[in-house]
Parts: sequence; structure tokens; C-alpha cells
Amino acid sequence: MRPTADLIRLAVPFLALGALLAGVFWLQPRAMSYTGLNLLFNLAVPIALATLAQMFVIAVNDLDLSMGAFVSFAACVTATFLHDTPLLGALILFAAVAGYALLGVIIHLRGLPAIVVTLGMSFVWLGLAVMILPAPGGAAPGWLRALMTVRPPLLPMALAASILIALAAHLIMARSSLGVLIRGVGGNERSVARAGWSVLGAKAAAYALAGLFGVLAGMALVGLTTSADANIALRYTLLSIAGVILGGGEFVGGRVSAVGAVVGALTLTLAGSFLSFLRLSPDWQIGAQGAILILVLALRLGLDALERRGVRA
Amino acid sequence: MARRLLSTRSLGAALAAALSVAVLPASADTSDKRIALSNNYAGNSWRQAMLTSWETVTGPAVEAGIVAAADAFTTAENSATEQAAQIQNLILQGYDAIVLNAASPTALNGAVREACDAGVTVVSFDGIVTEPCAWRIAVDFREMGRVQVEYLADRLPEGGNLLEIRGLAGVFVDDEISAGIHAGVEQYPQFTIVGSVHGDWAQDVAQRAVAGILPSLPEIVGVVTQGGDGYGAAQAFQAAGRPMPIIIMGNRQDELLWWKEQKDASGYETMSVSIAPGVSTLAFWVAQQILDGREVPKDLVVPFLTITQDTLEANLETTPVGGVANVEYTLEDAVAVIEDAG
Repeated sequence: MRPTADLIRLAVPFLALGALLAGVFWLQPRAMSYTGLNLLFNLAVPIALATLAQMFVIAVNDLDLSMGAFVSFAACVTATFLHDTPLLGALILFAAVAGYALLGVIIHLRGLPAIVVTLGMSFVWLGLAVMILPAPGGAAPGWLRALMTVRPPLLPMALAASILIALAAHLIMARSSLGVLIRGVGGNERSVARAGWSVLGAKAAAYALAGLFGVLAGMALVGLTTSADANIALRYTLLSIAGVILGGGEFVGGRVSAVGAVVGALTLTLAGSFLSFLRLSPDWQIGAQGAILILVLALRLGLDALERRGVRA
Repeated sequence: MARRLLSTRSLGAALAAALSVAVLPASADTSDKRIALSNNYAGNSWRQAMLTSWETVTGPAVEAGIVAAADAFTTAENSATEQAAQIQNLILQGYDAIVLNAASPTALNGAVREACDAGVTVVSFDGIVTEPCAWRIAVDFREMGRVQVEYLADRLPEGGNLLEIRGLAGVFVDDEISAGIHAGVEQYPQFTIVGSVHGDWAQDVAQRAVAGILPSLPEIVGVVTQGGDGYGAAQAFQAAGRPMPIIIMGNRQDELLWWKEQKDASGYETMSVSIAPGVSTLAFWVAQQILDGREVPKDLVVPFLTITQDTLEANLETTPVGGVANVEYTLEDAVAVIEDAG
């Protein structure tokens, strides 16, 4: 049996992750333990959630440039309102998700470029975050801290959580009719509309899911750091986009993979640790991180080309 | 060659022995301990000097066998999440202590907690962290503002009008130093702050801001500053043809050089107060002391680098052009700071 195209697509991020993991273990055998794996991967959990959030937006052919600011905002709400007045905090986070859905509606109805709208929104989210938390501080709700530092048997929290969220997102994206609809809108919006489906609804749902996973990313981050900072997650915008692409997604066509996105996020996190274990000078680290990205993408392009040749033959 | 190697080594051993016998009650040996510096940013002259000082002081300390390693790590990007990951990596690499200049006072608390739980000693300095299990070597910015007014009160007992040059609006440090200056003015009511501008800790911005406000001001006897802005203020006063007030200087080379020129020409007198980037080396020794088993209070205060009329030449000589005045700390300095706090 020949492996299908999707399987090859999914294999690349796993291969990259495996290679990096082998490198890390070789450089630092101490990482090969329950605690070690948790330390390596626990900060990847919020990145994985943010990457999934970005994936829902990319699935409908849009790009969200406000992801980092939004996660920072969610983190600030979590460390303040959700901690002090849980009900109000939950309400604000719920409103933020609704706000994201509304964004999807506006972008679709007015035919606005999502990049511009979300770039503008990034300043709004950041402004709100600074208003909530003008100076770094706040505290993680006790239950959240407990959740993020739980030590389940066999598998460290970071890996167990990654598997769980990958599975949940996979079920939404690949196994539910909503997921099919969202990917359909990314693939061919007009035919989805002609088939009688509501494109508006699909876009609103995709953005709402992005908002939901963004909020979860902010909460997970606060659970790990114990407090927040208005600038805490600004890097997540680019990390989340890179994670989706690294995980086998494409900018257009509704071709995304939830499992791949999570693996992509883990790979990006691990790349940083790998370079740090290599004792590479920080001046070179960003460049090296880019080189790893390009390497993985080149591998995928090569496999794609092979696959196409196979089809033609 | 071999002999020289031998002699440096025996010198190092003698030094280590002398240190452990004479200075401290050596309760534990730190010669097998490894200390890491976690730094979030290296993009300005202060941070560059901080890293250079770390190398200068820890290099010989490692050679002398006081500690096994003292490696410096700087994150590729200035972000709290990246530094948190870096700290977790340092835990995995098995360091015994992490000396930390933090990107955020709170966002690293989770990673710092992980380090403490893994038995790693965490000493934060300059950019400190609030996690209770870590040690903090903090800068008393308020005091930095207050001592300026105190100095002026000493020089000008009859008081007068002051011009305040502030830093970057909305930054914690700016608020703190300014609050200290205003507290100083309350303490010495013969002074009045008649004008206040934002100089953003930069010469050019300060010069423009001071030049803009000068025409509207009465006679000024003193300028209280936040560092980095003294030279620009002096230029503005000179250009306006006004009598030169006492301008408190910061730690930049151009400020010290201007002061020296004025001192030689007309006997101009002032002072400079700043934080030496070499505070990283103070943090190194504090970490070494903690690893050595010494009881160290969790909150320590960084001593100011004060340059007076008498120490100006010596400090100017050691300050590179375009750099900042610096001082590297010794084990004795660290012990003194610890004892002051205890």
C-alpha cells in the first residue's frame, strides 16, 4: 500500500520533531526523563494552543496578525479578573471569543483583508492588556496553576496536554461537519455557498474557535508563569503562523492539520532548546532557528515533488 | 611554559585557599558548582558592559577553581516566554545556580519556581523577579533620586530653583527616580522644582527638551537628572548663554568627559550617580556565597556607583569612549553587601 499524500504531509513534522528530540537527548541526556521532558515541553502547551487558534483562521484562507496580542490580553484577564472575580473574568473571556466571531463576520461581510483588520486589532488587544495590567503582575487562579503543574502518571503534563488538545482539535477539524465546512470555505468558498451552506456562519465559527483557543493559550500561559505581563506573548503571532506551516498546513486551500500544528509548535519550541544546548551564540540563534524552519519546509517540498511525480507515473 | 602554567595554577589554588580561609567560614566547597547567567537583552552599552564584566570576573574565578563554570546565556529575543524556556533549559543542563537579569518581574515566576523546586539557587539582579524563592539584588531608584537633592543641599545650603530631567514616560524606573527627587525636595524645602522635561535618557532628546523649556524658566541653580541626559542639558544651557547650574551627571563617557573639561577650565564641581553594569559580578559572588552555604537575606540592595570630583579622572580613564562608567565587584564587596542587609 502506498502512503497517501496526507500521510506524507503529516510524517514530515513528526520526522523533524524526532530528529530534534534525538539531538537534544544526545546533547543533554538529563532531558530523557519525566521531569526533563516536562521542562522541555511545558512552555510549548500555550504555543500549541495559539498555533491551533491560528490554524482555524488559516483554514479559511485568512491570517491573524493579532494572535500574540490577543493571547497576552487573555493572559492579563486570567491573571486579574479570573483570579479576583472568576465570574466577571469568565464573562470577559467569553466576550472576547464573541468579539473574535464578530471579527470574522465583519471581515466576511465587508470583504476586508483579514491581515489589515487583525493587525489593527493587535493594537486594540495590546491596549486593553496594558489597561488591565499597566505594570507586570497579577496571579494565576489556584485551579489553573494546579492544572498546569499536575504530574500525571506515566506521561508528563506537557505531553499529555499536547496529545489531548491535538486530539480535540483534530476531532473538530477532521471529524465534525463544522470542520469540513470550514475547510470547504478555505478550499472553495463559492462552491460551499452554492451547495447551500452559510459561508458567513462558517467564517464566524472559525474565528470563534480561534478566539476560544487563543483564550485557552493565554490561560495555559498564566498557569505556567503564575502571573502576567501585557507583552508576555507577543512572539506568539509569528510562532503560531510558523507552527501551522511547519505542521503541514498551507496558507490557502483549507489544507491544515490539527495534529501537525501541535507537532509544529512542539518542534519550534524544541528547536530553541536544541540551539541553546548546542551553546550557539545568541547572535546566531535566530538565524539558526530560521535555517531549521527552511530545512523542514524544503524537506516537505521535496516530498511533495516526489509525490506528484508518483501520480504522473 | 609548563612552569608558568604550574605557577598560575598554584597561585589560583593559593588564592582559593586564602579566600576560603580568610574571608569566609567555608562551610561547603563551591569548586564543583556551576553558575549560569541568564540575560534577556544585550542591545545597549550598559548590557554589553554587564556581559564583559561577567567574563572578566568569572573567568579568573573559574581558573582559580572557586567555581567549576560560569557561563553566560543571552536569549535571542528579548521576551519573557523565551527567557522562561531558557531558564528551564539551564535547569536541565544541571547548573547549581542561575544568576538572572529578568525580562519581566513576574512572567518568569513559573520557571523560577521550577528551578527552585529542582534545587537550583536563583539570584536575580537589576531586572528582578518577584518569586519568593529567588534572591533579589535590587536597585533603589528612589534613593538614587533623593541623594541628588541631598548633594545639592550640601553644595547650595541657601537652595534655589531646580530643573528636573526625567526619563522615558510611563516606565517604572522613571517614576521611581522622579518620586525620589520629589521626596528629596520635600526633605530640603529650600529647593523648588520649576520645570520638568522628559529627556528619555538620551543626550539629543534631553538637549532639545531643555532648550525648549529654558526661555520660560527663572534662574536655575541645579539640574537633577536620571543619567544619560547631563551632557545634553549642559549643551542646551551653553547654547542659551545662561549661567551653568550644577548638573548631576550620569555614567556615560561623554558626560564624564564634559565634566572633566569644565573642571579643568573653571573648576566646575558636580557628582555622578548611577548603577554600574558590573552589578552582574556582584550577583555572581552572592550566588557563590549562597552555594557556599552562607545565610543570605533574600533582598539585597545594589550599591550606587558614585563619582565625585576626586574620583572623576580615575573613572574617566577606565570608561571606554561611547561606553559607561563601570566597576567590577569582588567577593569582599559581596560579603559587605550581604552583611549590610543582614
